[in-house]
Amino acid sequence: MGAYLLRRVFYAVPILLGVNLLTFMLFFVVNTPDDMARMQLGMKHVSPEAIASWKQAHGYDRPLLINLQARGMDTVTETVFFDKSLRLFAFQFGQSDSGRDIGYEIGQRMMPSLAVAIPVFVIGLLVNITVAMLLVFFRASYLDIGGVVLLVVLMSISSLFYIIGGQYLVGKLFQLVPISGFADGVSGWRFIMLPVAIGVVSGLGSGARWYRTIFLEEGGKDYVRTARAKGLSELSVLFKHVLRNALIPILTGAVVVLPLLFMGSLILESFFGIPGLGSYVIDAINAQDFSIVRAMVFLGSVLYIVGLVLTDISYTLADPRIRLT
Amino acid sequence: MKALMIPLFILLTTVAISLGVTGLFDVRPVLLWTDALIMLLLLVLVFFIVQVRASAERRATWRQVLRSRIGMATAVILSCYVLVAALDSVHFRPAAQDAAGTAQRSGFYSMEVISVLDLLIMPLHDQMEKSYSAPFATRLYSKEVVVMADGSQQRLYPRLQYGGAHLADHEERRGTDIAWRVAQGAVAGTVLAVLLCGAGVLLVARRAGILPGQLSGVLCGRGGHLPWHVMMLTLSVIIVLIAVAFMLASGYHIFGTDKVGQDVFYQSLKSIRTALAIGTLTTLIMLPFALALGLMAGYFRGWIDDVIQYLYTTLNSIPGVLLIAAAVLMLQVFMAGHPEMFETDAARADMRLLFLCMILGITSWTGLCRLLRGETLKVREFDYVQAATSFGVGHLQIITRHVMPNVMHIVLISVVLDFSGLVLAEAILSYVGVGVDPSMFSWGNMINGARLELAREPVVWWSLLAAFSFMFVLVLAANLFSDVIRDAFDPKMRG
Repeated sequence: MGAYLLRRVFYAVPILLGVNLLTFMLFFVVNTPDDMARMQLGMKHVSPEAIASWKQAHGYDRPLLINLQARGMDTVTETVFFDKSLRLFAFQFGQSDSGRDIGYEIGQRMMPSLAVAIPVFVIGLLVNITVAMLLVFFRASYLDIGGVVLLVVLMSISSLFYIIGGQYLVGKLFQLVPISGFADGVSGWRFIMLPVAIGVVSGLGSGARWYRTIFLEEGGKDYVRTARAKGLSELSVLFKHVLRNALIPILTGAVVVLPLLFMGSLILESFFGIPGLGSYVIDAINAQDFSIVRAMVFLGSVLYIVGLVLTDISYTLADPRIRLT
Repeated sequence: MKALMIPLFILLTTVAISLGVTGLFDVRPVLLWTDALIMLLLLVLVFFIVQVRASAERRATWRQVLRSRIGMATAVILSCYVLVAALDSVHFRPAAQDAAGTAQRSGFYSMEVISVLDLLIMPLHDQMEKSYSAPFATRLYSKEVVVMADGSQQRLYPRLQYGGAHLADHEERRGTDIAWRVAQGAVAGTVLAVLLCGAGVLLVARRAGILPGQLSGVLCGRGGHLPWHVMMLTLSVIIVLIAVAFMLASGYHIFGTDKVGQDVFYQSLKSIRTALAIGTLTTLIMLPFALALGLMAGYFRGWIDDVIQYLYTTLNSIPGVLLIAAAVLMLQVFMAGHPEMFETDAARADMRLLFLCMILGITSWTGLCRLLRGETLKVREFDYVQAATSFGVGHLQIITRHVMPNVMHIVLISVVLDFSGLVLAEAILSYVGVGVDPSMFSWGNMINGARLELAREPVVWWSLLAAFSFMFVLVLAANLFSDVIRDAFDPKMRG
């Protein structure tokens, strides 16, 4: 296990380096820092001095890859690539283009993101699996067919519709919970309820259908037939045999997104005014703050790789036959 | 297989006629990048169908799709969307008109790029109101100061310029007028549908030598025939809906008007092309890469496999929306810096659409590539591949002739499955601000524009309703159709 984890960390380095190179290419080579400065300062009538001072203030005035004027290690470290991209590896996110410390902001915004993302994930998973189990229990009946049609319909509705519709119906028409906003601690539940409910509903269609396929596939295997032939009740067949053996595909889909929950949900957060990382990204995109986008791309990649490792580890917990070497 | 050819034939003739029409009049044809790609896609489709017809085995698989009622009903609906999109893809610049809008000077063309679809629904395009108005309204949504006939000023809801204009001073007759128009449209549509289906049935039955006694069995899909009755019913419903919409739209704004007074029904129709372009061109662009890399990784293994796996793991690890956002932001900076590259606004918006397709393709090819790699790893161990290798057949030939045909079902399934996701993604990207150009018609832009107006009292809901319902029908049809395709082509499902 230890050796395996070490190797995975080792593997992660070239991938993150690749991600960094890609974002570096996108942000500095396709468009030069001059273009960016002009964009930030307003497109027309920008003096060269203003561009130069903007670049200096934000640290874009250095050479991109190799600084020939510096000596020793500085030829590599005194460059935009080192300063803006490689520093991310030490989780030094630096300052955003508007001058705030990105690392501090991320720390501040992580909790509100999690406050929404974790309930959506947990409740969503439970609801999806329950619905799928129900459909499999009544498989090939009218309930099953009707349920699948309903799931396809749910799946075909844009998530924006759920958000806008839910916000209007629950928040405005019935005035049950506030439309948007956030509060820390337990008192915040009123703000979180609606986004969580909408998050669960909008994921129900595709999620439950996916689990239903998995359960049906698993339920068609020989050992399940044996279990039924033994005279086990349908419920214990489904829960003791099918569900347990379907754990591996469930874990494949679920564990990998676990670390990404930190990133929050882009759309839910910005619609409901939750000050999480998702709305942070949207604000950054709208303000064209490239430093934040760069930092979040890197953070997302790291979390994704962590998710992959966690998935592998979760396999060993679910299935003792799997060993990580 | 003839059933597939009919809509395609109609489509191609329509496009050909529209090309001819634009050639006859004093217009300057404009070939946008996405137009060319959409035409290319239609040609690929024709080529694909010809290929399928040639092989007995593949005909058999497709027959399962063709015999499915849901499959054929949704195929009819999808064809209608495609027809609208194809008509909307023949662009031109009309001859310039002077201020009076009459005298035309040859050699000068308007800066506005319009399509054949615009020609067909010109009234919708031209009849601009001043601002918001509700569906079927005769008056504006908000009060304005109006100068009365006697010179006094009054704050009231002004009459619309076009919506319900034919009612003149008898606004109370609106209800009966609408009902009358619906009835007229329904009758005309039914007659048209019956005539069309009847003529089609007679023509095909005579050519195929079907006796009148067998006709009902053939139509209902018994004895291995296609479910013609379902297809004709779907088509009839669509024709009736179009007829009703035509009757209503000539007098009212069916879905109201938006902030600048533009007809929302017109916007929804124009958005069809954008949605289909994103749903299909993305796949068209990414497919060659995914196919080539996936096959290579699985077939050659070794270091090639390592490199390709590294490539897609890296791309995959970047959260999709962020990569798209980063790329589109960069494109914005680039376009702002090079305005001279684009002749018209439409060309610029089109470039952005194409680029969005590309970047969506880059973020979505990894899944297909991984599936193809896995399947190729399996296929390359089959006996006939081993035999080909031992006969000394070249790598390229083995890949193209022995491996590729056996993984194509994965390509087909994932292409059809991806479509609806991409259509839905467009709306979300537009909301985030990294979608298609704001000047382009798209359901995402409509939703985004209407979202802020929800806070108003009374609520401006019609843009949202129009965008969501057009999108819902398309996505639902695509989802149901893709299920049928998957059931027919996935060996696991055939069980």
